[in-house]
Amino acid sequence: MLLLPPDRRILSYLVKETLVGNAPEQNAAAPDLIGCPMCDEVYAVRQPHAGERAVCDHCGTVLIATREGAGLRILALSIAVLVLVVAASFHPFLSINAAGLGNKVSLLDVATSFRSGLLVLVSVATILLIVGLPALRVAALIYVIGPIELGRPPAPRAREVFRMAQALKPWSMTEVFSIGCAVALVKVSDLARLEFGPAFWMFAALSVIVVVSDRYLCSWSIWEAIETADQRRPAPPESEPVSGSEGKHA
Amino acid sequence: MTTAREMGLVTCTSCARVWPMGHARCDRCGHALRSRDTGSLQRVWAFWFTGLLAYIPANLYPMLVTQTLTGTQSGTIVGGAIQIAHHGEWGIAAIVLIASVVIPVAKFAAIAYLALSVQRGAVHGLRHKQHLYEIVEFIGRWSMIDVFVVAILSALVQLSVIASIHPGPAALTFALSVIFTMLSARSFDTRLIWDARTAISPGPPSPSGHQ
Ligand SMILES: [Zn+2]
Ligand SMILES: [Zn+2]
Repeated sequence: MLLLPPDRRILSYLVKETLVGNAPEQNAAAPDLIGCPMCDEVYAVRQPHAGERAVCDHCGTVLIATREGAGLRILALSIAVLVLVVAASFHPFLSINAAGLGNKVSLLDVATSFRSGLLVLVSVATILLIVGLPALRVAALIYVIGPIELGRPPAPRAREVFRMAQALKPWSMTEVFSIGCAVALVKVSDLARLEFGPAFWMFAALSVIVVVSDRYLCSWSIWEAIETADQRRPAPPESEPVSGSEGKHA
Repeated sequence: MTTAREMGLVTCTSCARVWPMGHARCDRCGHALRSRDTGSLQRVWAFWFTGLLAYIPANLYPMLVTQTLTGTQSGTIVGGAIQIAHHGEWGIAAIVLIASVVIPVAKFAAIAYLALSVQRGAVHGLRHKQHLYEIVEFIGRWSMIDVFVVAILSALVQLSVIASIHPGPAALTFALSVIFTMLSARSFDTRLIWDARTAISPGPPSPSGHQ
């Protein structure tokens, strides 16, 4: 039992075995409270074992979903995605042939195909949704998880960066674009012959990797790991950790 | 059942840590703390109407303008799907219709239903409403498929006089409609749905913590 009603919190013990790193004996007494962001129910929670999941009793939201070695996997998969995004942007993506005429386009050509007037805005949105934001998001995950996996203190502003990565999740639309390619293929099938370039396969692969990587990502575990890693900081002469500078006012 | 609010606590919607009520910002993740997002429904409706306003021209104007040797034809969203179906590709036609017509319309209906039922303080089917919200959130982004298809086709099909494809004005309004509906759904504070359960009689505290 990973979650308990908050009034039974004495039953919980801390078994520090978070998904990243191992930090043994600290604050072994107080169990943490966790609130469900969707329905506001509060639970006491002990440290989960790898592979444990916690689901909110009331609304069914998955609050914790740990996986063995998740941090390392997300890190490796994110690096792969970043490499593939860059490579896919510059290789031929699709080519078309009809009656002796041909055309080859890259991913960036596709993303910037709206050129007239206000439609330029659609180009901007497309390039963000299929290249910019996915790349930014995996870069942010590497930036946050990398130092923690290496047993170092978290990178500067890791909290803000991870919060941004979480907020970007719905706006990173690589898999939607992949399905869009399949639809486009059918639409022109009577007009011309389409051929896939190497970038197409890279993009298809990275869409799958993004989905797999997100299945390993448990936001609660990463917040715990950031907090644990923060305690690795060498000298703690300052007061309590206030992230960034803007948290100071009022 | 005990909510954070009943315990005098506030839950961080970003990292799920709880803080004493009145704490302004989460010390762990830096997210602003609000027990309930009181401006939530206002934003939900504002984005909802903007999205709906953009969705109407998205269906009236052409998404794609195709120029071939035989002439120029411009297709709306529904027209494009019918054209695909004529080629016998029923599966793909269904994907296009579902992604660009069924899902957007169902999303407008679902968000309006959720917002109205919160405003009325409806106490039944809370779990179903939560489920409906999750479906809306999950599925919203898939409506962008049609915009991406237009992007791919207009970049690729540039074969001088034989065939060329250009995006139509509906590509912009449709993309805006999808983005605004996503923003509308994301503005929704689902805790407002669940507040209805404390409005009914609190009931005996059931210590059933198994899972
Ligand atoms: Zn819940
Ligand atoms: Zn927080």
